[in-house]
Amino acid sequence: MNTTYTIIFYAFSFISVYVQIFFLVTFFDKRRNIAWSPKIIDLKSYPTVTISVPCYNEQSTIDKTIKSLLALDYPKDKLTIIIVDDGSTDNTWELIQSYDNGKNILSFHKENGGKHTAVNYALEKSTSEFFGCLDADSFVHDQTLKRIMRYFENDPRNMAVIPSVLSHDPKNIIQNAQKVEYDMGVYIKKMLGLIGGIQVTPGPLSTFRKKVFDELGPYRKAHNTEDQEIALRMQEHGYKIDYCPDAYVYTNTPDSVMKLYRQRLRWIYGFIKNLVDYRHLLFRKKYGTVALFTLPTGMVSVFGVIFVFSTVVYNFIRLIYTKIIQIHTIGFHNFFSLHYKFDWFFINTKAMLFLSIILYILVIVTVMLGRKMSTGRANFSISIIYFSIIYSMIAPFWMLRAIYNAIISKESSWTFERRVIQKNN
Amino acid sequence: MHQHEPNDWKKYVIVLFITSAIFIGGLWLSSYFNNKKIDQLKGIEDKISLDLMSSETQFSLMQELSCKDISTTVLSSELNSLAEKINYSENNLGNDDANVVSLKRYYSLLEIKDYLLMKEITSRCGQKSIFILYFYKNVKCDDCTKQGYVLTTLREKYPNLRVYSFDYNLDLSALRAMTSIYKVPDNLPAIVINGKVYSGFQSIEEIEKTFPQLESIKAPDTSKTKAATPTIKKTN
Repeated sequence: MNTTYTIIFYAFSFISVYVQIFFLVTFFDKRRNIAWSPKIIDLKSYPTVTISVPCYNEQSTIDKTIKSLLALDYPKDKLTIIIVDDGSTDNTWELIQSYDNGKNILSFHKENGGKHTAVNYALEKSTSEFFGCLDADSFVHDQTLKRIMRYFENDPRNMAVIPSVLSHDPKNIIQNAQKVEYDMGVYIKKMLGLIGGIQVTPGPLSTFRKKVFDELGPYRKAHNTEDQEIALRMQEHGYKIDYCPDAYVYTNTPDSVMKLYRQRLRWIYGFIKNLVDYRHLLFRKKYGTVALFTLPTGMVSVFGVIFVFSTVVYNFIRLIYTKIIQIHTIGFHNFFSLHYKFDWFFINTKAMLFLSIILYILVIVTVMLGRKMSTGRANFSISIIYFSIIYSMIAPFWMLRAIYNAIISKESSWTFERRVIQKNN
Repeated sequence: MHQHEPNDWKKYVIVLFITSAIFIGGLWLSSYFNNKKIDQLKGIEDKISLDLMSSETQFSLMQELSCKDISTTVLSSELNSLAEKINYSENNLGNDDANVVSLKRYYSLLEIKDYLLMKEITSRCGQKSIFILYFYKNVKCDDCTKQGYVLTTLREKYPNLRVYSFDYNLDLSALRAMTSIYKVPDNLPAIVINGKVYSGFQSIEEIEKTFPQLESIKAPDTSKTKAATPTIKKTN
């Protein structure tokens, strides 16, 4: 048991360190290739862009989302906003209708069919050269679209550009922990973008050349993670996806453990199911980094988190068991005694400890680099500690549940997630 | 036709190289500190051995000395601290680590010597001491863990109770001789109290009931009686 455990531990930590070093090496190798936007962007041309906003029961945030789109610094005659109400049961439809001007802001109402149907509805209506989708719980920075379009202009091979998704106004501990994750994501996704390894084009304003859909087909349901599926489909066909670190989109993050759990359950479930659907990509060198690096390491990370968690639970149960045996045998004698004398001899010097410390340092470096890239400042904050604690405690549950659900094919839907959020609000 | 960027194999190899270097560094660091610990244990054992020899010599000269001049408390507490450290190393490095096994052998030998010497001193100087020889095994023995708790508690309750713990499966001829002299069965845990063998788990109450003379060596104030005799606590 002990030997098997040690081997598994070493294997997981080796892969984890490998992944972090891989990103660092990429960073030092390619940091000069990161295209930062100048203060004033003047594009050579301003192609037509459609931004679709699919919504389901978003009455509390849709207003702000649309207003942020209206404030985008982009020629109004080149930008069309299509808002699609996916059968909301609240006031969303009434709200979005008030924005419809029959020209460049259009609103549509359809029967509930899931997010992908709403985006595809907008896709059918769109005649623009570029198509983006913005989740109705997110808001854009006024320069975001220009910065994204600059990436398309600079590299004609770019078929999709994803922006930097940041956590909007985190208030409580749960949201601050997520902020750390989103900051980390800025760095990781940029690195993946530089080496063609992006596996998801997230809901908050990922923008595509329209011909991607003309050539590869519209969004698919894809286990309610259509943003992962389209990215994998693009990678399968060698379509380049890049990441623009200073195109900011702010998203409302779940503010409770339960909401976060449901959101992540859907993501991880989708990741597993899409991975199964696209398993033919795995380890095939012709599909590039996504096949050799992103998907395999993503898969390992799911099991790694579960492994670490099982170890903690096992040790905790063992401690309780030992204490019970002790009480049963000798009563409460010495139970609360603390005659501890410091002796360096009893400091743990196992290799596992050193490797865990190295790994933690690498994760902190990742967060700092992400912060540096997204905000220009690489400051250390207490949130990193919240992140480590909260994620290590909760993530294993959504991962285990996602694996279980994937096995029995039980989907967690977008609308269900929205319903829970509505109810809790 | 769209094409992926060519795979950067060189980078995969470089990263592998760096990661391996970090891993080797971690393992080396761990092994460096563990060796330092083993060296420390060896040092303690050598010191105890020297102290034991000194006590033995003192004992041989006893005719010319009074019993009160023979001091054993320092020696015993060192044996005790050594026991804790060996126990810790055993948990961390494994039961079958060559260094740990060697340290345990040496320790057991020191225990036997201490036991023989203390028995002599007790009988000649008329001290009220009770000796417990405790035999345990490291695998598949939940009762050994429980027996360890019982003996630790008893040791704290009765400071003049001297407990000597032995790993029954340790390959040591002196230990084999002891187990055959006292006819210790392999049904562990087993304890030998004043020459009599008790096999299987013995609770505090059972031991106290069987040995009412323990009362006579009870500490006047239990809070001041820190363990004076060595025990390797068997933990799983």
